[in-house]
Amino acid sequence: MIDRAQAPATLLIAPTGGGKTMAGFLPSLIELADGRHAGLHTIYVSPLKALAADIKRNLRGPADEMGLPIRIEDRTGDTTPTQKKRQRVDPPHILLTTPESLALLTSYEDAPRMFQGVQRVIVDEIHALADSKRGDQLMLALARLQTLCPDLRRVGLSATVEDPDAIARFLARHPDPCDIVLADPGPDPDIAMLQTAEMPPWAGGGAAYAIPAVLEQVRQHKTTLIFHNTRAQAEIFFHNLWLANDEGLPIGIHHGSLDRQQRERVEAAMVRGDLRAIVCTGSLDLGIDWGDVDLVIQIGAPKNVKRLVQRIGRANHRYNAPSKALLVPANRFEVVECVAALEAAREHDLDGEPRGPGPRDVLCQHILIAACAGPFDADALYAEVTSAGPYADLSRTAFDACLEFCATGGYALRAYDRWQRLQQRPDGLWQLRDPRAAQRIRMNLGTIQDSDTLKVRLKRNRGGKPLGEVEESFAASLTPGDTFLIGGQIVRYEGLREMVVEVTRRADKKPKIATFSGTKFATSTQLSDRILRMFAQPDWPQLPEHTGEWLDLQRRMSRLPGRDRLLIESFPNDGRENLCVYGFAGRNAQQTLGLLLTKRMEETGLAPLGFVATDYATLIWGLDAVTDPSPLFQIEALRDGLDNWLAGNAVMKRTFRASATIAGLIERNSGGQRKSGRQATFSSDILYDTLLKYDPDHLLMQITREEAMRGLVDFGRIEAMIARIGDRIDLIRLDRVSPLAAPLLLEVGKVPVKGAAEERLLAEESARLLAAAGLSPD
Amino acid sequence: MNSLAFSFSGVRLHALGSGALWWPDHDLLCVSDLHLGKSARMARRGAPALPPYETRDTLARLAADLKRTGAKTVICLGDSFDDIEAADTLHETDRLQIPALQAGRMWIWIEGNHDPGPVSLGGTHLAEWRRAPLVFRHIAQNDARGEVSGHYHPKVRLQARGRSITRPAFLFDDRRLILPAYGTYTGGLRSSDTALSGLMGPDARAILTGEQPRLTAMPR
Repeated sequence: MIDRAQAPATLLIAPTGGGKTMAGFLPSLIELADGRHAGLHTIYVSPLKALAADIKRNLRGPADEMGLPIRIEDRTGDTTPTQKKRQRVDPPHILLTTPESLALLTSYEDAPRMFQGVQRVIVDEIHALADSKRGDQLMLALARLQTLCPDLRRVGLSATVEDPDAIARFLARHPDPCDIVLADPGPDPDIAMLQTAEMPPWAGGGAAYAIPAVLEQVRQHKTTLIFHNTRAQAEIFFHNLWLANDEGLPIGIHHGSLDRQQRERVEAAMVRGDLRAIVCTGSLDLGIDWGDVDLVIQIGAPKNVKRLVQRIGRANHRYNAPSKALLVPANRFEVVECVAALEAAREHDLDGEPRGPGPRDVLCQHILIAACAGPFDADALYAEVTSAGPYADLSRTAFDACLEFCATGGYALRAYDRWQRLQQRPDGLWQLRDPRAAQRIRMNLGTIQDSDTLKVRLKRNRGGKPLGEVEESFAASLTPGDTFLIGGQIVRYEGLREMVVEVTRRADKKPKIATFSGTKFATSTQLSDRILRMFAQPDWPQLPEHTGEWLDLQRRMSRLPGRDRLLIESFPNDGRENLCVYGFAGRNAQQTLGLLLTKRMEETGLAPLGFVATDYATLIWGLDAVTDPSPLFQIEALRDGLDNWLAGNAVMKRTFRASATIAGLIERNSGGQRKSGRQATFSSDILYDTLLKYDPDHLLMQITREEAMRGLVDFGRIEAMIARIGDRIDLIRLDRVSPLAAPLLLEVGKVPVKGAAEERLLAEESARLLAAAGLSPD
Repeated sequence: MNSLAFSFSGVRLHALGSGALWWPDHDLLCVSDLHLGKSARMARRGAPALPPYETRDTLARLAADLKRTGAKTVICLGDSFDDIEAADTLHETDRLQIPALQAGRMWIWIEGNHDPGPVSLGGTHLAEWRRAPLVFRHIAQNDARGEVSGHYHPKVRLQARGRSITRPAFLFDDRRLILPAYGTYTGGLRSSDTALSGLMGPDARAILTGEQPRLTAMPR
């Protein structure tokens, strides 16, 4: 790294634990050693706040030992306002921050002064950022920074990835070259499936069966990280682990929904070596150097081989020793998935999908941020934006459309000429019409799309202890008296006060409501293919006996899905009719299939109520049974209906909401407005419906369609699947749920279908309530 | 779109699926909380420029209800405009639409908290209006009798077989009737909110809007 210190852009690819973060900082420490540099020298950007804090600790040590006169500070959403203010006036030599905090800094009028003289920017975990809009926003911020500091050199630090050139193009200033340094990958990891006395259950994600075996592993190792795919699963597992933890081993929990103070306490205890195990999610996923972790346990299928390999890197941060990891499938389907992932990891078969060009909703936000910093010239901003890797191919027309959207809303009906957000001055520069808008724009900066969350607090007279956050939709489903898990404890829902969920502690053993939902990952198609190949085997020597027996039972009771036929099962369950379609087309395509099929079912009077999609199958439930699937699967009919269907469906509305929020049309934070009562706000669905009706070619509608086709819709994979199966569709009618379909009944992320079935249910329920209340229907 | 007939204070009324109230005995249509000009008002205050089509959408729905019922009297129950300035700065197309709707009808604007006082549009501007046994005003009062009001944008949530369904709704008991908001850009306040559950008597009922209006007991 020292040899390349002067290169305009360098990408260092090394497995976790290769000491690459320190390598990234070395040139900075050397350049700062003589104490002559005044002001900011190096900006370090990581996707996680925790990572910034961790690097500060790890950097402070060596810098102090060498007696280097270097000021190192972090700046994240957690930094106090006083300190933030001071940092802008008197910046440190090295600033550790996140993409959002950096973008925010570039929005201030004094940004040119603060960033004056910056020499280097280090982007850590760039492989994670390059997959998301956060990365696109960061690259736009770096383009801005490069204009302010022409000498800026960029360094990207990445874990093992399948396509280093793509990351290099993402990082470097276009069209600058980018050196790629590949470090020795080190020995292969020691990775296996955890052997348990008890069998994994048919379905479910809790992996409670494995608690004794996991505890035994914790006992045998110094420090164990126990990864879960969702916060919800982490909560349940931690709760069960505590109930079984008779020896009282010190075990903590860490995930993104927990209150910051709670997270910090766990991080501090971990650094001191006080904890034997930490139950965690993606919030600990990235390269935090937690010292003495000697075992990583992954609960639930890893969903993606690349992420598995990166997670395993958490263990044994000595470069020459193999990392040790254990996979714990949560149910029997996941046993199959885990075995497939193990095989792929051993063969170094990493998965990944190429990403399209930089999204325009992020660009819209960037234009607003630029306007906050001061008047700008459109030509100069366009030139700057196209120097960012993801936006290198952006056309001027596309840029102008985004500028027009930011200025006037970009509607076919010109209604706001007097109230434009951005106005062009006589000298041609663009500026905010109302300078106070800068505050609103800054408050809504960022591209992370958390569903709306509400704070959870213990009920006290004057605001009790904060425990964490839950999704608003989860809070809305609670009635006083319901109990749920948060931060490893059971609490009772008391009520909602000023947008805070008030709870009391409970000593119950079991929460009434399982838990709040959380993010989940999609399984890569490479893994899906491996699984289908495995299903074709006559028997399964590589699988545990119970899983082999389960697949065998499926083969006898129904059949196993294959590559050249489409298996559909139909069965009644819990008062509803179910249809399970094993397309193995990946989560997004299965989701689209769910939307298309329910649309066709609605048209043919089959009264679908909703569906849920996994990477392998779509489960649809409704009031009536499907007896002949072939009319539902005609590709021409499916394709013909696509455009009409696209317009009205829930996925499009969800996509619209995300893009409209990023582009600045919908404000998540509007400064205290939330308190003023819910009738003031209305659903983003109404905006979508209105645009669809009166302005269907509006920029945001274009972005929504583009995003949906690229990500959530993935119609190409449905066409590929239908081409593969032709008319070879097998509908099997069962009297109950099949072994393979059982896990789908418990999947989260169910999509409701609003149609005839909803009307039937409304009629039922409203009549029942009337009768229950003893009221006449008139 | 269908309607649902119900009795209130001894008169026969129809709740329309659109959220409008129809009183056939007097050829009277009542709508509440149109919030015309909302997007323009928000843009004026520095908020993002929302799609500026809500006014024409609201008026188009009102036009459809007028055509369907042939109403001779129209009562706009307050907050017809998002504020007084919004009333004066409507887009030309939308502005011309209003007199077209008013032609040949008695048209009453009730004052709301967003639009107190008369605006420069035709029609009668009143604080409240009586036609026995009903009284029409914007905000419900404590000693109500036969009172028809708006203001709260009531909505109702039902849970049926694991599905939660939320719709704007009419609420009524033996003393008062509260209309849902009619405007396109309007949210709602749940009937279980203390502001509403405190106002409505113990045997209050709700009519959910939608393709087929549904009568139910008001959830608290």
